[in-house]
Amino acid sequence: MRKADAIPILIIVFFLTIFLVLVFLVEEFTEGFGEAIRLIASSDPEILSITLRSIYISGTATVLSILWCVPIGVALGLSSFVGKRFIKGLFNALLGIPTVALGLILYLLFSSSGPLGSLNLFLNPLGVSIGQAILITPIIISFITSAVEAVDPDIKDLAKTLGASETEASFMVLKESTSGVVLAVVAGFNRAIAELGVVLMIGQNLRGRTRVLTATIALETTRGNIAVSIALAIILLTIVLSISLLTNLAQRRLK
Amino acid sequence: MSVLAELEHISKNYGKIKALDDVTLKVRKGEIFTLVGPNGSGKTTLLKILACIERPDSGNVYIHGERVESRNRDRVKLSTTLVFQRTTLFSSSVYDNVAYGLRLREMPKVQIEEDVRNALEMVKLEGYENRLAKKLSGGEQQRISLARALALNTPLLLLDEPTANLDPRSVSVIEEVIRMANRQRDTTILIATHNVFQAERTAGKAALLLDGRIVEMGTVDELLWGRSRNLAKFSRLENIFSGVSEVSGEGISCIRLDGEVVIESALQERGRVTVFVRPEDIIVSRDRFESSARNVFVGRVVGVSGRGSLVRLRVDAGAEFVVQVTRRSFVELGLNVGSRVFLTFKASSVQLV
Repeated sequence: MRKADAIPILIIVFFLTIFLVLVFLVEEFTEGFGEAIRLIASSDPEILSITLRSIYISGTATVLSILWCVPIGVALGLSSFVGKRFIKGLFNALLGIPTVALGLILYLLFSSSGPLGSLNLFLNPLGVSIGQAILITPIIISFITSAVEAVDPDIKDLAKTLGASETEASFMVLKESTSGVVLAVVAGFNRAIAELGVVLMIGQNLRGRTRVLTATIALETTRGNIAVSIALAIILLTIVLSISLLTNLAQRRLK
Repeated sequence: MSVLAELEHISKNYGKIKALDDVTLKVRKGEIFTLVGPNGSGKTTLLKILACIERPDSGNVYIHGERVESRNRDRVKLSTTLVFQRTTLFSSSVYDNVAYGLRLREMPKVQIEEDVRNALEMVKLEGYENRLAKKLSGGEQQRISLARALALNTPLLLLDEPTANLDPRSVSVIEEVIRMANRQRDTTILIATHNVFQAERTAGKAALLLDGRIVEMGTVDELLWGRSRNLAKFSRLENIFSGVSEVSGEGISCIRLDGEVVIESALQERGRVTVFVRPEDIIVSRDRFESSARNVFVGRVVGVSGRGSLVRLRVDAGAEFVVQVTRRSFVELGLNVGSRVFLTFKASSVQLV
């Protein structure tokens, strides 16, 4: 096994250890953990639908984001112009944007009295997806830009001298940076599925409509339903970490 | 012979650096043209402009008599291809690398397979199709680059330092392929090199590029053997000696260098002269031997350099000489720094700068 594969596994082991320690130390946790395992094992329909909805909403967000991030990231990575460093710096700074702040801005835009109220994005899963897509844009663009910049600068000229047009040559550069682009997409998806601010502000955690894993964990914990929270947290961690693990494996297979 | 490619008053700057300065050049159909120049003289820029992947700041490029412009660049570009000095490969299989340009030309699959196979055969890497290109050795990688260009069978093939830093086997394969492509397919070839001796091996016509300007043009012989002050300047031909020449009665002259060394030459010049001796014209031996050569010096090896099949030695024999021997001779003579050696060369090997 290689180091890269070991990292997600180590993280899983780390969290499981914390869970187990808590199980023994905290009484609430002890009961909750057993219940959580039962809920997952019995594939509770509510938990299942929340999980699938989370994947769907964040998956849509990632796909939307790719639509604009790939062209921008590739263009930014390939070009050199005055102010490029400023733009890159801007995206890097936006990596740390507080999700609640972004959620608030989107709330003001999307709510029925806001300028985009007529689009009906408020309390709408698509609205949540768009919000998450905006949230993960800086991550994906930064990663793709770096990946493209890391490609041998002669690749573009090489493709051209072999007959490629400007667009075909840029596509070849993108292809050469595949592993970086995949990493960008995975990081984006993981950030989207793990965030809470946009989900709460735009989706308002409507049962059966915009209720996703993170919001439900927050809700059920405040309600005292520790078992459900733990079950959902385990599922969330499993999704995030297994995607990272699969990506690592797939990239090694491709190489 | 008709002109295949032509540069007309081409200039190109990168910021403040003048890469090319009013370069005019004609490459005729079917010839091997060598562009000689030191690193940084603008060779790569010139090749990229001919390959239509770099635009000149001013001047015109003609391929097949057609002026290259924005609107026809993508089409005209298809009749030429450039092999880079620094081997650049796609992170894919050898097959995908070689097939890339053919796929862009929308050739049928069967044709692509055949062309890839033929190209790999030419560079003596048949059967390498499924190997990962980047996992091959340096020489093999450069041959893949060449195969990728050959597969396209473009009328004009541009090679940027095709054999720099390669193993001897790859050098000989590449030089052979270049000649073969020229002879059998009538491919017009332009080679850029800083190695004048490569120019001598492969080429018919040559131009000397210095600081972005073409300072001389002619056959390789004219360039190498002519009284080219520029060439001596550029190639930093190490064995350049200054001294006072006296003509003796027997048609030879004795050039007394600033040290005690006297070089005999066949030149009929008097007074202050600067001469050079090509490193490979000097015979290195462990012992003195009888020969017709007029110049014999004894000295010690003070430096050894070079990779591949040739080794360059710096020898202190009163004046410092640079000589070139094959690695095999180097090993068989048991040479190393400090070795005592004799240097022998003919009076007629002494050239006037």
